[in-house]
Amino acid sequence: MSKFGRFLAASVLAGACATSAMAENSFDYAFQGSLKGLDPYTLRETFTLGILTNVYEGLIKRGPNLEILPGLATSWEVIEPTRWRFHLRKGVKFHNGNDFTAEDVVFSAERLNSEGSDMKGRVPVDATFEIVDDHTVDVILASPNPILHYEWELWSIIDKDWAEANDSMRVTSASDTAETTISLKANGTGPFKISEHTSGVSTKFEANENWWNWDNREFNIDTVNFTSISADATRVAALLSGELDMVYPVPTQDIKRIDASSTLSALTGPELRTIFLGMDQRRDELLNSSITGKNPFKDIRVRQAFYHAIDAEAISARIMRKQATPSAVMVSPFLLDNADQFERLAYDPEKAKALLAEAGYPEGFEIRIDCPNDRYVNDESICQAVAAMMAKVGVKVNVNAQPKAQFFAKILASGGYETSFYLLGWTPGSLDSHNIFANLYGCRDDAGKGGQFNIGGYCNPEVDALAKEILVENDAAKRLDLVTQAYRIVTDEVGYLPLHQQGLAWGVSNDVSVAQRADNVLRFEHITKN
Amino acid sequence: MSMNKETDEKMSVIARVLDSDIWYSFTRSKVTMVAALVTFLIFASALFAPIISPHDPFDLASLSLMDSLLPPAWNAEGDPNYLLGTDDQGRDVLSTILYGSRISLAVGLVSVAFAAVLGITLGLVAGYMGGRVDAIIMRVADVQLSFPAILIALLIDGTVNALVGGMDRERSAFTVLVISIGLSFWVQYARTVRSSTLVERNKEYVQAARLIGLHPFLIMLRHVLPNVMGPVLVIATINLALAVITEATLSFLGVGIPGTQPSLGTMIRTGNDFLFSGEWWITFFPGAMLAALVLAVNLLGDWLRDALNPKLR
Repeated sequence: MSKFGRFLAASVLAGACATSAMAENSFDYAFQGSLKGLDPYTLRETFTLGILTNVYEGLIKRGPNLEILPGLATSWEVIEPTRWRFHLRKGVKFHNGNDFTAEDVVFSAERLNSEGSDMKGRVPVDATFEIVDDHTVDVILASPNPILHYEWELWSIIDKDWAEANDSMRVTSASDTAETTISLKANGTGPFKISEHTSGVSTKFEANENWWNWDNREFNIDTVNFTSISADATRVAALLSGELDMVYPVPTQDIKRIDASSTLSALTGPELRTIFLGMDQRRDELLNSSITGKNPFKDIRVRQAFYHAIDAEAISARIMRKQATPSAVMVSPFLLDNADQFERLAYDPEKAKALLAEAGYPEGFEIRIDCPNDRYVNDESICQAVAAMMAKVGVKVNVNAQPKAQFFAKILASGGYETSFYLLGWTPGSLDSHNIFANLYGCRDDAGKGGQFNIGGYCNPEVDALAKEILVENDAAKRLDLVTQAYRIVTDEVGYLPLHQQGLAWGVSNDVSVAQRADNVLRFEHITKN
Repeated sequence: MSMNKETDEKMSVIARVLDSDIWYSFTRSKVTMVAALVTFLIFASALFAPIISPHDPFDLASLSLMDSLLPPAWNAEGDPNYLLGTDDQGRDVLSTILYGSRISLAVGLVSVAFAAVLGITLGLVAGYMGGRVDAIIMRVADVQLSFPAILIALLIDGTVNALVGGMDRERSAFTVLVISIGLSFWVQYARTVRSSTLVERNKEYVQAARLIGLHPFLIMLRHVLPNVMGPVLVIATINLALAVITEATLSFLGVGIPGTQPSLGTMIRTGNDFLFSGEWWITFFPGAMLAALVLAVNLLGDWLRDALNPKLR
């Protein structure tokens, strides 16, 4: 080889080394569901909110163990029981370079409770915000609320000037078809920026070097590529082939296989989400049912019959392959100290038939169940199993399984609660039972004022009164007592039909380390990759 | 005497069949005979599914979740009750295949009939009328031919489902599938029939019929149509296989027959989720059934095309 040739080879080699050293450290992952609009107030769904909090930030933050940490607020104090003071972080900039100030917080609070928002109530509707100075905000409450800030991690703070300049003051509701700037682009304060977003398909994130905590960051990745892969087998195949660094949820049937691989591991653990069936107790006539002129679900015997007819143990054992724990209450036992006091109604098809006959439906009836097919672990299979179990007691259940985007647009407040029987999962955002009584059991009107996610419209003023007491009670023992009383009532009245707490299952390459949170939220800032 | 005559005529029909070129070429091709046997067996088992299948997979009340995911009977953990194992909801795979092929074949046959009627009518009209009518019909056909059939079926399926959105999917799925598959396959019939009609309409017998003042509709129906049916039969046979595949594809993509009353495609989709976890039988057996059916029908179609082609004789 000539001298020149050797020189050329060496320089090419050096060049190759240099590019590989400069190569981006990218983290590629897939989730079963998709990310549609980017407006953080459109959909109160843990996945959507969770992925957006990598871009937007709340006043507080939660760590890997869900402990509360300072976020955009560095500290806060309760000056009077109804007046809280939040000290905001100084020197924080939005991705577009605008400064983060108290005005943005006030604006975000107003926007959160405005028309079309799915997040109403995350900031109490009757709370008023007072700007003390540029970096101090007071929140004045109508009644004391010791857990005011518990849910504020997933309340994204939006830049007021940017929203104004981009015609994004109004919230894009889940059933809106017109797109606004804020549903296509994101401008937050968080550690990652969205560089590309194809609605419902994939999203590309880039690290934000101007993040306020950049110097103390834990992560070493430069880009994150998120893809939505709804087919279980395809998602697992992408992980096994090494194309992706992480997928979740891992289908229950593939956990063993992933664990057996030398380059992958399955991170499993209990999730805080409760999967349940909801029944319409508000309409005078059920939708999509053979019974006209009356609503069978208003009769507690029919609700009990449904409860007795469904074998939650079998669902957990077979469909969930033991990656779920049957539940008698609408909350995870990790969030309720005496959850073991409650027991599920026994699986008893004969009793179910008897109850149906007693209620005047000896021949059963027909009803449609609305079900997502890419939101919860094995959601569609659970609905099909429910249909088979109900068929045994004479009730014909037609399964209508849809992707979550269509499902939520229809069944939530923005879609007029268009369902009479449905499957849903719920994680209390505050990690506290009050959230459940306020959102799932609180009486509501047709527009959704009150218990906004009480899709079936269960209503008991006694429970509402207890919920108010629970909110302001500071004594832990007394509070637990009130919570137990309230759960006792709603469980006895079969307001919902709880099924189980599903398990978490993340399939992760051994090259990366992630923090698995019990609410199934993936924070990019805890990801390191070798 | 008269009885004898009838028997003679009957005999002569069979004799004519046995004496025909088609029968000759059928008996000379072992592959075709096997294909015909397989097709016959699958059609028969689908037709008699309610009698021969050990369980009724569409009766939800008979399913037990505790029997789900059992391997085939020859496996150690298998249950002799379920010869080919069970799926994730506890359905007997064998029975579901029998019932599923019933649905697949029904969708296939009805949509082929629908496409044939539509295509033949438009082809006859285009070929016989000529001029502007011909131009319009055939340009529509050309445009449609430039898209893959599956894409058109998906488009129609989406549109129809959006239109009948309020209806129950379980009830509308069959009709929607037939319409979308039928509408995406009519072009071939129309083109073939049109070209044959162009040839036939200038022949003396058609002109004679026109001369005695028959209505164009009657001429098309009674005189032209019988003479263009040969190629149509070939297309229909091959299209049956295509229609079954298209149905399976649509169901596999999740827009076809819903999971509670699965067709072969729906079964393959459900089973696909379990491929990596070792429960191969949920997707393998329906897949094998689909492959056998489509291959057999295709071979029959190929043979029919060759047998009816005068150039190959």
